Amino acid sequence: MAQRFEAPNGPSVEELGLDSERTLNPYVTGTSVIGLKYKDGIILAADTGGSYGSTLRYKSVERIKPIGKHSLIGASGEISDFQEILKYLDELIIYDNMWDDGNSLGPKEVHNYLNRVMYNRRNKFNPLWNSLVLGGVKNGQKYLGVVNMIGTHFEDNHVATGFGNHLARPILRAEWHADLSFEEAVKLVEKCLLVLLYRDRSAINKFQIAKITEEGVTIHPTYSLKTFWGFSAFQNPAKGAEGSW
Amino acid sequence: MFRNQYDTDVTTWSPAGRLFQVEYAMEAVKQGSAAIGLRSATHAVLATVNKASSELSSAQRKVFKVDDHIGVAIAGLTADGRVLSRYLRNECINHSFVYESPLPVGRLVVRLADKAQVCTQRSWKRPYGVGLLVAGLDESGAHLYYNCPSGNYFEYQAFAIGSRSQAAKTFLERKFEAYPNASRDELVKDALFAIKETLQGEKLTSSICTVAVVGADEPFHVLDQKTIQELIDSVETREEAAAEPGAMQEDQGQDVAPMDI
Repeated sequence: MAQRFEAPNGPSVEELGLDSERTLNPYVTGTSVIGLKYKDGIILAADTGGSYGSTLRYKSVERIKPIGKHSLIGASGEISDFQEILKYLDELIIYDNMWDDGNSLGPKEVHNYLNRVMYNRRNKFNPLWNSLVLGGVKNGQKYLGVVNMIGTHFEDNHVATGFGNHLARPILRAEWHADLSFEEAVKLVEKCLLVLLYRDRSAINKFQIAKITEEGVTIHPTYSLKTFWGFSAFQNPAKGAEGSW
Repeated sequence: MFRNQYDTDVTTWSPAGRLFQVEYAMEAVKQGSAAIGLRSATHAVLATVNKASSELSSAQRKVFKVDDHIGVAIAGLTADGRVLSRYLRNECINHSFVYESPLPVGRLVVRLADKAQVCTQRSWKRPYGVGLLVAGLDESGAHLYYNCPSGNYFEYQAFAIGSRSQAAKTFLERKFEAYPNASRDELVKDALFAIKETLQGEKLTSSICTVAVVGADEPFHVLDQKTIQELIDSVETREEAAAEPGAMQEDQGQDVAPMDI
């Protein structure tokens, strides 16, 4: 049910046209997305889990999609809102292609468009509950940016959403450099994904890695990483965190 | 008694398949003072004749900057031209707001043409009495479009509109094949020559013309009067120097157009 906010003597919620349903909390969510620039382009990575609250409800939700010729999008947060965003972007790209005039929307344009959509929806107090990563290459220019449900947006050489911000970014800050080869970049991404798998309860061991270069988009089939649970820190995880569990 | 029965309404066809009101609007473009445009692969140049309608008044502006990458030159009803320029500016700034990138020229011109076309299909409206030369730059290079009151638009390498524009067109038709690889300065020079053609012998000075440039590393801007006057002077001294040896042989001069020497 929509929550009601009404002044005693003011116009009713119905009169203001504010009686519609809003997303007050997300239902099915995806966890972190990681993105980084490497020598030839951009790599995006995410697992394919879809959580229903804290239940790991879906195991093969694709959260990385190509947008037009030059861009890749990765999403965490509400899956149905992401599907809605994909619908907007599909329309946008089709309309852009219909001109057939040699101009095309690049990652920068798509990122800015999404920023406007996200910020506009939050101003209607009806946000699209996502953090989106946008990567792409156009005219030899690499682009990597983030936009979230309240319209905060930025560019960086490496980015991560959700738990990834806390667990993957420090690793990326320490180990990322501009001329990583594809193989090195995948290795670094896998290191981050593994840490997330160990520490983020919503993460699952089924990953999608995608790259975009001047040649185009490649989304690799899903695969799993080898895990090792014998670390001494895993023996008694509550140790050193007395009372919190 | 023999009044035209089919020209009182924009939306009424004549039996010959013509829309007179639309044709009258296109006539207004021909009566406005001339505007010309030309482009290379990387640059586009617009130029207009700006003459005051009376000794006591100033001339009306005929070149408008739409955005950093697009500008227009107009011929016809200046008031309509300003309305359309405002529309174009709006479209550009809205596009920048949403995409943080410049609006492609061709897409802007389609919107402009659609707006002009609507006026030819509504009984309570009138067509815009203005022709616009839209010059700009986008991903696919420099472009020049002509937009007509009828809602038709065409892309050109070089074009001229307004009064006595035929003389400028004849000049440009002879030269346009070299334009794709021409330098910016060559374009500006030929823009001045084309303007001069429309003046029919009257002296070209910087006070009666406007020249504007947009290019790969140069946002759209109107050249200042001093620069234009210097260009005119340098072109004229060169012309006089070229004319000297021709004057020696009297009998050759007469039947050859000055341009062919």
